[in-house]
Amino acid sequence: MKRFTLVVGLVLVCSVVLTALVSLVWTPFDPIRVVAADALLKPGWPHLLGTDAFGIDIVSRLMIGAQTTLQVGIIAVSIAAVVGVPLGVLAGQGSGWVSEVVMRASDVVYAFPALLLAILFAAAFGGSTWTAMAAIGIATIPAFARVARAGTLHVMASDYVLAARSCGTSRMGIAVRHVMPNIAPLIGVQASVAFATAILAEAGLSFLGLGTRPPTPTWGRMLRDAQNLLFGDPLQSLWPGLAIALAVLGFNLLGDGLRDYLDPQLREVS
Amino acid sequence: MIRRVGARLGILAASLLAASVLIFVVCSALPGDVASVILGEGATPDQLATLRHQLGTDRPLPVQYLSWASGMLQGDFGRSYLSGDSVASLLGPRLAVTFWLVTFSLILALLVALPTGMYAALRRRHWDGFIATALAQIGMAIPAFWAGLLLVAVFAVGLHWLPANGYVPFAEDPGSWAAHLVLPVLALGLIQGAMLTRYVRSAFIDVLNEDYFRTARAVGWTQGRAMVRHGLRNASLSLVTVLGLQLSSVLVGAIVIESVFALPGLGTMLLQVVTQHDLQVVQGTVMFLVAVVLVVNALVDVSYLIIDPRLRGERE
Amino acid sequence: MTDPLLIVSNLSIDFGRHRRPALTDVSFELADNERLGIIGESGSGKTVTALAIMGLLPETATASGSIRLRGNEMVNTGDRELAPLRGNLMSMVFQEPMTALDPTMRVGRQVAEVLTLHQHSAKEAARSAVVAMLARVGLPDPERIADAYPHQLSGGQRQRVVLAMALVNSPDLVICDEPTTALDVTVQAHVLATLDAVLDEANAACLFISHDLAVVSQVCDKVLVMLDGRVVEAGTVAALFNDAQHPYTRGLIAASRIDQLEPGSRLPQVEDYWKGNDA
Repeated sequence: MKRFTLVVGLVLVCSVVLTALVSLVWTPFDPIRVVAADALLKPGWPHLLGTDAFGIDIVSRLMIGAQTTLQVGIIAVSIAAVVGVPLGVLAGQGSGWVSEVVMRASDVVYAFPALLLAILFAAAFGGSTWTAMAAIGIATIPAFARVARAGTLHVMASDYVLAARSCGTSRMGIAVRHVMPNIAPLIGVQASVAFATAILAEAGLSFLGLGTRPPTPTWGRMLRDAQNLLFGDPLQSLWPGLAIALAVLGFNLLGDGLRDYLDPQLREVS
Repeated sequence: MIRRVGARLGILAASLLAASVLIFVVCSALPGDVASVILGEGATPDQLATLRHQLGTDRPLPVQYLSWASGMLQGDFGRSYLSGDSVASLLGPRLAVTFWLVTFSLILALLVALPTGMYAALRRRHWDGFIATALAQIGMAIPAFWAGLLLVAVFAVGLHWLPANGYVPFAEDPGSWAAHLVLPVLALGLIQGAMLTRYVRSAFIDVLNEDYFRTARAVGWTQGRAMVRHGLRNASLSLVTVLGLQLSSVLVGAIVIESVFALPGLGTMLLQVVTQHDLQVVQGTVMFLVAVVLVVNALVDVSYLIIDPRLRGERE
Repeated sequence: MTDPLLIVSNLSIDFGRHRRPALTDVSFELADNERLGIIGESGSGKTVTALAIMGLLPETATASGSIRLRGNEMVNTGDRELAPLRGNLMSMVFQEPMTALDPTMRVGRQVAEVLTLHQHSAKEAARSAVVAMLARVGLPDPERIADAYPHQLSGGQRQRVVLAMALVNSPDLVICDEPTTALDVTVQAHVLATLDAVLDEANAACLFISHDLAVVSQVCDKVLVMLDGRVVEAGTVAALFNDAQHPYTRGLIAASRIDQLEPGSRLPQVEDYWKGNDA
């Protein structure tokens, strides 16, 4: 049962990644060029899922959309991890007030959900893939900081760290040699779950028209376009939503599966 | 206890201050000049200078920040540079829409998550518990706005049971008000409920492993009734915190859902002023939303001090 | 002659297919008013036996054999059928007093709950019964204790509250699972004396689980020695001390008599007598 979670997660994530990779070199049709004559074709051959209002093949657009999804996820999660993990380790290792300041700062950032921060950025700088990635990344920092801090506190309380400290190993040395390797699995799990959240946030932003600018296809933008066709062609809003849901499900399951796989003690909890 | 409440309120004040600085910096420390946006290309330097002076944008940034922040302390969230309306007058009428959407969605989420999560915890080693968990996992993966679109496709476009979008104030026609809120609340509440189910499940699994739960069963409660009687009390302690944290995701969800259903709430207004680059209004609205999140979470922490007898201090 | 209160016959329990059975073919009886000690090291199956009698085995356990309590079969019987018996016909005192009580509920209410759960008594009557019960288990100022939360009480006080919960419905059988192990030695003796007194008063039979032979011999008439999920020895306390058959029991007895040891001599260990089945 537990392996099942991991396997389904891996399969879904790999399909998204593969789709994105293939789309770099090949899509069945041009994902951007408007072909007015082919507008709103029903699913069939050669357009497997039909075409949108501009006569563009939906499969091709979905494939390119996977690229944006992964790009935003990777950059946002990297920003969050690169900033959040060291802060969390610092808070976990440091004295009371360092920890307090870091965690309180992270609470303040936590009050800005990714989407709200992205809206703020879009208002100030104009919406783009970059504001989306930066906003989602910054908003996700607290999640990484918390996980890293909790893991660090746990490691710091262990006997082997005590032994290392009694031998005079510096704080930095302990962080690199003992803390990082031990919290790496936790961070991995967090990254997978944060990736899922990032996909949802990016889709929401694109849906609101504040994310990646056209003509680059994104799943959220496709849903926005499909909304106008809801009365005439409701199928249009099925495919991009399904793509988002499967990708999010994949990363969530991968995170859960990894957690169970890495830490049997946590199996009961979630 | 009073000291703890005081400390928490102090942290709240510091957080509000930090958040307001953050918002101000993003909105104001940018290249670009509001005056030239308003007056357009053909404005003379004199006109620009006069307008800047009127708007107060010729003052140094710290002074601008202080006047904005002190205004907020008196309930004045600023004024639109474009329309001249005060932010408070813009927020006021839209607040009710968002409030109802968020409140009903949270209630629905709880109504879904509590029984499902408890069931999933109790039956976690059985196939039906697994199905409950799997459904929650799937619900979490669905963007609320997509759920909204699907609900419209089925119940408005297909079955014609409910309006596809729009809003009618309660005072005008309560029946129509409710009808317009059903689909948005379903979309937001069910998805939020799926997320909450996970927390409820793990909170109750924790309870199931507690000694006092075994005691409760040893004195004669069935597993299910022990769960309601003793499990709920204890799990609710951690769930109150989770609910506070969920508020921010419901607020954000509401912004998107309002746009799906064309509800005239805070979210719709915020998106509108973002496209108009009306930064004063954006700044005020975002600050308002963030303040709500921070205040509610502070209240949650304080209420925690009251609910949990262990934190209440030695009082007999 | 009437049937014994409790008849356990050929009880075997295991957790999952691949694990060593927790209990193999355990049989014993307990008459009304009788006190039976079960002694053995951790993992010997003492607690599993107790949980099986209460019908509180984890879901992962599979049990075979039979446990009859006052004619009620307890093995593989549903939660709904067993719940009315628990706290009424039989009750249990657990090892860990610090966590056995609901931290969010006043202890008086927790005791009252047990009362009202099984009998329909008015709230005021329940309250006075609770206070009387708290007094019976030796709690000073029971009115005040009834309004306290668990975290405001000491370990010994909490264990007395748990004892009150176990005895408030005058059950026929009280199972005590290491009830004093987690307490300080001085508190231990007081709680044990109270237990002894209230069991007498209530005419309840007792199954007393411990790893400490000295404690068991204070409370019980008969003893069962368990090792690796089997009963290896059974008899009266006196017979056991005088004429233990199994080497493991002789080891336990030697280890419990350190007070009679010559100063300076080596401490006897169970391993001196019993090296396990593998050796």
